[in-house]
Amino acid sequence: MTLPLLAALPFIGALIVSLLPHHARRAAAWTSAAVALSACAILIVLAPQVFAGEVPRWSIQWVPALGLDFGFRLDGLAWLFALLICGIGALIVLYAAYYLDANDPGRRFFLFLLLFMGAMLGIVLADNLLLLVVFWEATSLSSFLLIGYWNHRQDARQSAHMALAITGGGGLALLGGVLLIGNIVGSFQVDAVLAAGDTIRASPLYVPTLVLVLLGAFTKSAQFPFHFWLPQAMAAPTPVSAYLHSATMVKAGVFLLARLYPALGHSEPWFWLVTLTGLATLLIGAYLAIFQHDLKGLLAYSTISHLGLIVLLFGLDQPLAIVAGVFHILNHATFKASLFMAAGIIDHETGSRDMRVLHSLRRSMPRTAALAIIASAAMAGVPLLNGFISKEMFFAEAAALERPGIMTWLLPLGAVAAGIFAVAYSARFIHDVFFNDAQNTRIPKAPHEPTRFMRAPVEVLVVICLAVGVAPAWTIGPVLAVAARATLGAPLPDYSLALWHGFNFPFFMSVVALAGGALLYFGLHRFTDMHRLIHGRRGGREMFAFVAARGLAGVRAVTAALQSGSLQQYLMLLVALAVAAGAWPFVRAGGFDWPTSAMTPVELPVAAIGLIGIAAALGTAIFHRHRLLAVTVLGAVGLVVSLLFVYLSAPDLALTQLLAEMATVILMMLALNWLPQESPPGRSDAKRAWHLALAAAAGVGIALFVFLTLIQPTESISSYFLATAVPLGGGSNVVNVILVDYRGFDTLGEITVLGVAAVTIAALLGNTRLPRSVEIQRPPATERNAHPLMLQIVARLLLPLVLLVTVHLLLRGHNLPGGGFIAGLVIALALILLSVAQGVEWVDARMKGRYLIWTATGMLLAAATGIGSWAVAHPFLTSTYTYLMVPWIGAVPLASAALFDLGVFLTTVGAVMVMLTSLGRLSQTRKGAV
Amino acid sequence: MEALLAIFVGVLAGTGVYLLLRAHTFDVVLGLTLLSYAANVTIFSMGRIAVAKPPIIQPGLAPTLANYADPLPHALVLTAIVISFAMTALLLVIALAARAATGSDHVDDEPSRGRAQDAG
Repeated sequence: MTLPLLAALPFIGALIVSLLPHHARRAAAWTSAAVALSACAILIVLAPQVFAGEVPRWSIQWVPALGLDFGFRLDGLAWLFALLICGIGALIVLYAAYYLDANDPGRRFFLFLLLFMGAMLGIVLADNLLLLVVFWEATSLSSFLLIGYWNHRQDARQSAHMALAITGGGGLALLGGVLLIGNIVGSFQVDAVLAAGDTIRASPLYVPTLVLVLLGAFTKSAQFPFHFWLPQAMAAPTPVSAYLHSATMVKAGVFLLARLYPALGHSEPWFWLVTLTGLATLLIGAYLAIFQHDLKGLLAYSTISHLGLIVLLFGLDQPLAIVAGVFHILNHATFKASLFMAAGIIDHETGSRDMRVLHSLRRSMPRTAALAIIASAAMAGVPLLNGFISKEMFFAEAAALERPGIMTWLLPLGAVAAGIFAVAYSARFIHDVFFNDAQNTRIPKAPHEPTRFMRAPVEVLVVICLAVGVAPAWTIGPVLAVAARATLGAPLPDYSLALWHGFNFPFFMSVVALAGGALLYFGLHRFTDMHRLIHGRRGGREMFAFVAARGLAGVRAVTAALQSGSLQQYLMLLVALAVAAGAWPFVRAGGFDWPTSAMTPVELPVAAIGLIGIAAALGTAIFHRHRLLAVTVLGAVGLVVSLLFVYLSAPDLALTQLLAEMATVILMMLALNWLPQESPPGRSDAKRAWHLALAAAAGVGIALFVFLTLIQPTESISSYFLATAVPLGGGSNVVNVILVDYRGFDTLGEITVLGVAAVTIAALLGNTRLPRSVEIQRPPATERNAHPLMLQIVARLLLPLVLLVTVHLLLRGHNLPGGGFIAGLVIALALILLSVAQGVEWVDARMKGRYLIWTATGMLLAAATGIGSWAVAHPFLTSTYTYLMVPWIGAVPLASAALFDLGVFLTTVGAVMVMLTSLGRLSQTRKGAV
Repeated sequence: MEALLAIFVGVLAGTGVYLLLRAHTFDVVLGLTLLSYAANVTIFSMGRIAVAKPPIIQPGLAPTLANYADPLPHALVLTAIVISFAMTALLLVIALAARAATGSDHVDDEPSRGRAQDAG
């Protein structure tokens, strides 16, 4: 359980910090320090296990269906990184507590810092690549928050933005790569992936996978050409630069390379992509570092260059180079973090970090100067310091690479050139800041040594630099061995960690680099006005701004084209897309087989009715501008559909269709009271032609689809419904049994839709008052005498009869055509007839006008029937039936489903009445107002 | 019969789509109604053609698909008809409310041509 505790500690700390009061900076710092130190303690407790070659693990299932486990593992590599994160984290907390200004929101700083620490630990501990990606994104986010910490500064916000865009984009690529790996390996577990290197390399997807993963790693580790976000990120407070942008987060990219090296390495694409990227970054970063004037800018470019060096070492694909790479990760973290903190101290105490302003600081801050000089020497690779040893190993690997072709000379040459540049910028850092007494610029604040505790973290790190540099085998040897073994996934090669290997070629290269670098800097200093040179200002950042601006403009153009605000166009796009999607299978299959089987013969009256239907549908479209006419013709279409259902053995459908059609036509007639009677003609012929073409395509497509389906034999699941309707459902009208029993839950949903529509309509019209300014057709003159006597008498006589029919339809519905929907429509239509005959008020007065209550009652009844089956320990809506013995009549079948159907009936009556009378009442009140 | 049914559905769908793409609310409602017919008949036709075989179990007639029409599409379409009606009603009411709010029955509320709306 120590492992999940280790991973959770920073988040627990973040929670505590977030609960502290705003100004409690000290408490926040103490909490953070406690978290970092406890995490270190846990790591030390676990160390014996890890050093013995065990891999402590812990995991729980998270989303098994996605192969996503929530688990952690701690091998040597993870242990080393975790120690870096927690150890340097603790030092940074101490430093930040003194660095931050009293006006800075301290709680927020430590909150973000802890979140970052947790995310970073998550990356190195994750036992599952998907989990790793999640934490990876979390580091991008927390880095964004930390770069933009001084959110009142525009440059900080912009830099944060840029870093997020680039590392976040890389994170997306990484996710793609990880998904591909999971696809190839069949698992996202780190162990499984590491063991499947051969499978991955043999896969045809290897190169895309590699490129995507490398994109993730290179963006994070600021490799060329994505390096430009890192110098911009120096807008962050210096503790953040020291922690995230030199020691840990930018190392996440190289950590990923190390982690996945056994799975993705050992190949030509790996060698070329990684080596060349690393070499380019190494040289460009080191060269540009010489010409920075900002202390942090110099360190940032130097960081880029060192990251390039590590990447290059991994790219060489040699066991010894991997060892050197892991070693350099550690060394770089120590000397660069201490340098950043020293730069922060200088900034803090002098008010400037501009090397054109600073000079002679060795006098006013001798201790800081000594520490910074030692750390810079380590950065330059001076003997007796840790940077020298790993750089020596790099030179040895560069010289020893056995690869014919360009790399034999390019690599050693590049290595020496980079060494020269590194010495030059280190020399500049030391000389410009601490010496250069000839300079006489005025330093903003009178410089003095910082408080003791602000310098303490630097001292710790510099001591480590020295100790590792002097006695590498004793100090760092075991840690390096265990981490390198975990990285390689294989036994370690022979190597010796020693200061002195004799006068060999790598030593010669070191000497050239040291001498050449010193010559280069002092030559530049003497013969050029270095402080006027501006380098590395243009390039990536401008390109980013350009791409971002163009990308946004492009997206806006697409949005403006698609989201024009025209509903008509949206519908057109929808239809066009649907037609295209429907046509796609036909196109892909290259057509279809025209069926040859015989069709059912058509009887003449049926053909005639069908043609009438076709003509009526076309008529509706042709006369649509004359709306009253169109509604009438539409009624004919509905009638034909209804007749079709009669002919094709669907009596229930025919009844429903007929009744719904009547209600629809009445509804449209009512609505036409409030809408223009005619549509104006369309303005654009081209548009109409295009719509016609779309409509024709849709029609032909659907006709083809229906025809081709009809001609095929079918296998239906309905045999079951037919066979069991009577014995299980207790009804012989199978359609009704399906509705109220087998698919009762669906029907419950459907009456709910009906109810919702009714409520919506009531709400919409309840609040709608058509303003007087709207031009409204006056009711025709006949309506003043609106209720003809004959109609009144017939309608009233008809009502009891209709009621009787309704009850009949409802009761017999289970066995013969009928049922809740149909009965509901019948009675609703009778009430409408009555409204036409007597006026809406007359009916309202007698029905109390509360149709929504009918709907609600119906829905509750239907739901209660379903719930009732729980009482007898059956699932929701289980139906049962029995026969009720009624004296003189005999056995009456009584299914619980009949109650459900009663609910359907009530809902339908209520909903249809709401719809019709809401519109009717609208004209009623309106008429009163006129 | 299959061809006739298919052509009928095709015409319903074609006219429905054409009207759906008109610029005035009432025409759109007409189109939607026609399209609903087309959809209903399409679903219905998935049960294939059966003449004079209503799915009402008769004593003495074996309850198999040879003797009865497929009842499942019937059940699906029955509720679909009622819901299409409800949707038509809702759409009409929205059309009325829109006209009350904007004074126009144009779907895009644009008397002048090609003006994009920012609202919504």
